[in-house]
Amino acid sequence: MLESKDLLGIKELSADDIYHVLETSDGFMDVLRRDIKKVPPLRGKTVVSLFYEPSTRTRTSFTLAAKRLSADIVNFSLSSSSIVKGESIQDTALTIQALGADFVIIRHASSGVPHSLSRLLNISVINAGDGANEHPTQALLDLFTIRAHKKKIEGLNVAIIGDIAHSRVAKSNIYALTKLGANVKVICPPTLMPVEIGQLGVEVHHSIEDGIKKADVVMTLRLQLERQSKGFLPSLKEYFNLYGLTSERLKLAKKDAIVMHPGPMNRGVEIASDVADGPQSVILEQVTNGIAVRMAVLYLLSGVKE
Amino acid sequence: MPRDILNSKEINKTITRITHEIIEKNKDINKICLVGIQRGGVLLAKRLASQLESVTGHKTEVGALDIALYRDDIYIKEEQPIVRSTDIPFSISDKTVLLVDDVLFTGRSIRAAMDALVDFGRPARIQLAVLIDRGHRELPIRPDYVGKNIPTSFNDRVEVNIDDKNSSEDSVKIIYAV
Repeated sequence: MLESKDLLGIKELSADDIYHVLETSDGFMDVLRRDIKKVPPLRGKTVVSLFYEPSTRTRTSFTLAAKRLSADIVNFSLSSSSIVKGESIQDTALTIQALGADFVIIRHASSGVPHSLSRLLNISVINAGDGANEHPTQALLDLFTIRAHKKKIEGLNVAIIGDIAHSRVAKSNIYALTKLGANVKVICPPTLMPVEIGQLGVEVHHSIEDGIKKADVVMTLRLQLERQSKGFLPSLKEYFNLYGLTSERLKLAKKDAIVMHPGPMNRGVEIASDVADGPQSVILEQVTNGIAVRMAVLYLLSGVKE
Repeated sequence: MPRDILNSKEINKTITRITHEIIEKNKDINKICLVGIQRGGVLLAKRLASQLESVTGHKTEVGALDIALYRDDIYIKEEQPIVRSTDIPFSISDKTVLLVDDVLFTGRSIRAAMDALVDFGRPARIQLAVLIDRGHRELPIRPDYVGKNIPTSFNDRVEVNIDDKNSSEDSVKIIYAV
């Protein structure tokens, strides 16, 4: 049912597309619960992952998803490929296509790289994170996890806390949640709020106590320590004091609220350890669900004929 | 132009007859489990299970199998088939698995279903029950229990409307190709 051969971002998807991916993921969750966790629909297809930024969970998750669909997967990694010899990203991508790949999964520090590859290549391009723009499969797996617990998305209060300006996870989640009719509240220091926030259809809070009230879902984001040398924050300790998710603050949300984090976590910076490991946390479920959702994305894109 | 093939009463009678054939052919009813192919086969499997229970007093396990991921036309079709849930909450190893589908046509669904089944275990044997056999087999597959054989041409459509319980709305129709 997906229209495009590529998954570039949530922005490009309709609410129906999103629901279709979530419903297809249900079928793949069934596969992951079996003893033999392998099905044949992508037999003979080749998936190449091309990561210009470090990643453990997304890459491992995509690798497992591809393998469980019986595809062959090859991982190009930054340090051992011609990228270090100065090959341009376009040449690398064309080489991957010439090698006979059917999918390329790309992560890059610059926004829009997957979009430009999508125009260059005939094969499917999947965005696994581009700069501060989008990380669509993360948002899809987050929605899948929310739906598993709350049975619906529409009308839910979702609080997203953290570095919104630098977070592609936040961006993709905001697009996805608002498309499906959730009420999204973003909570972050003014220095970490993107300038275009007014156009995203979300409520903006600078106090966590205000924003978290009556939330059904509390989503914390990783504070991107590698981007914090530029003076957005006085100190990590102050960030935790003002914006860290503690068990006291979580009490202001609904009793049955779930706590999410896309990982990797900085314990004691954006989230307290007792919350991360607490009964309301679904953080490890998100990881498990990620495989099923990525299987659904690969499966659905393999059916798109252009 | 649609034509009625079976009405609700006839469907129920047919299911009763198949139930008795299953009992006749399987000495040890405890070793049987039913697996319906999504979606029509699942409903038919539930009907067979409840009739088996009312005749023998034994409660037969029923599973649902989705074959979308095992189809052989996955690269030919315009769109990926919808993936539905597979739910077989029991072991099929060393059991007689009675595969159930509403309409048997080319046999390709059954091939896919057998491929899918062996990923769940090694059944002692697999039998096949269908409500309608419309011919045009493309694979060497033969059902063990047939509700009704109907002659069709390849492009006709056979429409089975059944529920998991006996309902006066149940029907089997053939819609002729124009």
